[in-house]
Amino acid sequence: MTNETIQQKLTEKFPDQLTDWQEPYGMLTFTVPKDLNLKVLQFLFDDTELRFRFLTDLQAVHYPDNKGAELAVVYHLHNLVDNVRIRFKVFTDIEKPDVFSATALYSAANFMERETYDFYGVNFIGHPNLIRILNVEEMDYFPMRKEFPLEEQSRVDKDDEMFGR
Amino acid sequence: MATNLEKVVSLARKNSIWPLPFATSCCGIEFMATAASHYDLARFGAERMSFSPRQCDLMMVMGTIAKKMAPIVKQVYLQMAEPRWVLAMGACACSGGIFDSYPVLQGIDQIIPVDVYVPGCPPRPEAVLDGFMKIQDLVNAEGLRRRHSDQYKDLMAGYGIQ
Repeated sequence: MTNETIQQKLTEKFPDQLTDWQEPYGMLTFTVPKDLNLKVLQFLFDDTELRFRFLTDLQAVHYPDNKGAELAVVYHLHNLVDNVRIRFKVFTDIEKPDVFSATALYSAANFMERETYDFYGVNFIGHPNLIRILNVEEMDYFPMRKEFPLEEQSRVDKDDEMFGR
Repeated sequence: MATNLEKVVSLARKNSIWPLPFATSCCGIEFMATAASHYDLARFGAERMSFSPRQCDLMMVMGTIAKKMAPIVKQVYLQMAEPRWVLAMGACACSGGIFDSYPVLQGIDQIIPVDVYVPGCPPRPEAVLDGFMKIQDLVNAEGLRRRHSDQYKDLMAGYGIQ
């Protein structure tokens, strides 16, 4: 099963909807529109030849210059039987970052989506328990977004006398 | 004023400190090396590491404490019985270390009173033993009435501990 056959099967099923086909370091990468992410995941899971049944990673990237599509949720899938990996990205607006949750299909997505919410603010619709996982619950900002200065002038947790700023 | 009873009690206490290894990260591994046979910590009386705060004398906080872990460290400290001491091992426990960042607590002395700080990243086992010996000196010099004094109560109040 080569990248060409995977791409062919996907474009047959989702004609003209999957864009930006690339192969960085040999891993097939494409972009999926926001509404179709569950359908693509389900198709890659159910298909008897493709069999991408392992969700390796679910993360987000913040592109601050991409107005209208700042947050990219990245899914890494792995076909354990044929040892093929694949990646696809779902772009969403930072003002309303709603993406359908993959927890119904992959239980691994549960914690990974909580982490993505914790650090980027992506709201996963249908997630059973979307709360912060690694940061303190009282935090009101999303740390991994690229919108913070290098040194916050108003921080209170470090003693300026001792650490000389 | 050191009475004979105080001397005996201090001698007994300082040579039988049971530590609670609150080991979080790399300093925990270095502590395991300190407790192993080459740099034996047991020779100083710390033979029995207790992981229950009710039964220990010294809480050794070793490793990076995240802000999410801070209430847990405080809870463990509150569960310790008097007299209790705290040793902050490593740069992260002393001051946040190299992690000058939003999730890391910049030093455990923001939440609990610390008696001895052992700097290093990680400190060599000899440094840990030196810190342990300083704790022993503190235990030796402490009187029997210190924990009931007003100064101590004010110190605890400063951290919000009754």
